[in-house]
Amino acid sequence: MEPSRLRDGLRAAAPLALAPILFGASFGLLAGDAGLGWAGAILMSATTFAGSAQFAAASILDSGGGAAAAIVAALLLNALYVPLSVSVASIFPGSRRRRLVESQLIVDESWALSGRGGRFDYHVLVGAGLLFYVLWVAGTALGTVAGDLLEPNAIGLDAAFPALFLALLAPYLRSRRALAAALLAASITFVLIPFTPPGVPIVAAGVSCLLGLRR
Amino acid sequence: MSTGWVVVLIVGAVTVLFKAAGPVFIGRRPLPPRLLSLVEVLAPAMLAALVVTQAVGGDRQLVFDERLLGLAAAVIALRLRAPLIAVMVAAAATAAVVRLLT
Repeated sequence: MEPSRLRDGLRAAAPLALAPILFGASFGLLAGDAGLGWAGAILMSATTFAGSAQFAAASILDSGGGAAAAIVAALLLNALYVPLSVSVASIFPGSRRRRLVESQLIVDESWALSGRGGRFDYHVLVGAGLLFYVLWVAGTALGTVAGDLLEPNAIGLDAAFPALFLALLAPYLRSRRALAAALLAASITFVLIPFTPPGVPIVAAGVSCLLGLRR
Repeated sequence: MSTGWVVVLIVGAVTVLFKAAGPVFIGRRPLPPRLLSLVEVLAPAMLAALVVTQAVGGDRQLVFDERLLGLAAAVIALRLRAPLIAVMVAAAATAAVVRLLT
């Protein structure tokens, strides 16, 4: 890979560099609270490398939900990576092993940046993905350290997470089907919270994706 | 093995396969349209469910507290097109200040 082209990706991603550090740090903080420990938190950032699924899993564990609910919710969120990954399948060169490794750098932001020019650019995806990956893992490590020094609720961290999920949700709501599915999912969750163990309402809300099949 | 590690390992392993789906397993063949439309609304559905549990979820009960004021601040910040991190800070600061005052 030519280093000059890779630099294009780094340059495209640089203005967004603060976000993965701060989000990584808040994930590290939450994961520490949820009992993943510093090693678990860092390993999750290094292997899963997908913000919303990691936050979902950690917040379900933090609120006392079981492993099954945390796993199902995180994987339902990450299912979106299958179509994203297929959309960029043809730009990855080289051996199977190299494609397996480099495809791990697909994340919402690197995917979006790489498609800005009208068609997907391999160097931008890998360069941006690499920068986000390093900062995300480093941010997570920072957060696990900070978690030992801070009292999360005193700084309003528990209120920051619904805001985070709302901000991640907002761009989807322009589509009517997504809006309908979101409203149904929110209602299912609201109704089930008093009756089921934590985590179950979120997984149950997954059935509202069946609305996607309606024309 | 603790619950946390089980979650970390399984979610990590399956996500690696999801991300490799195109370049390694499926190639450029398009996904069936019905599957695609299902997956497209999965993320908004799960995120909406997470907003609700994080905002009003308690231990098998609905809890209405400072988190809702934080969420209101987040809605305002989003309307003002604030960046993601500013939306989170607005919510956290609102909840923290209200807690300090009450």
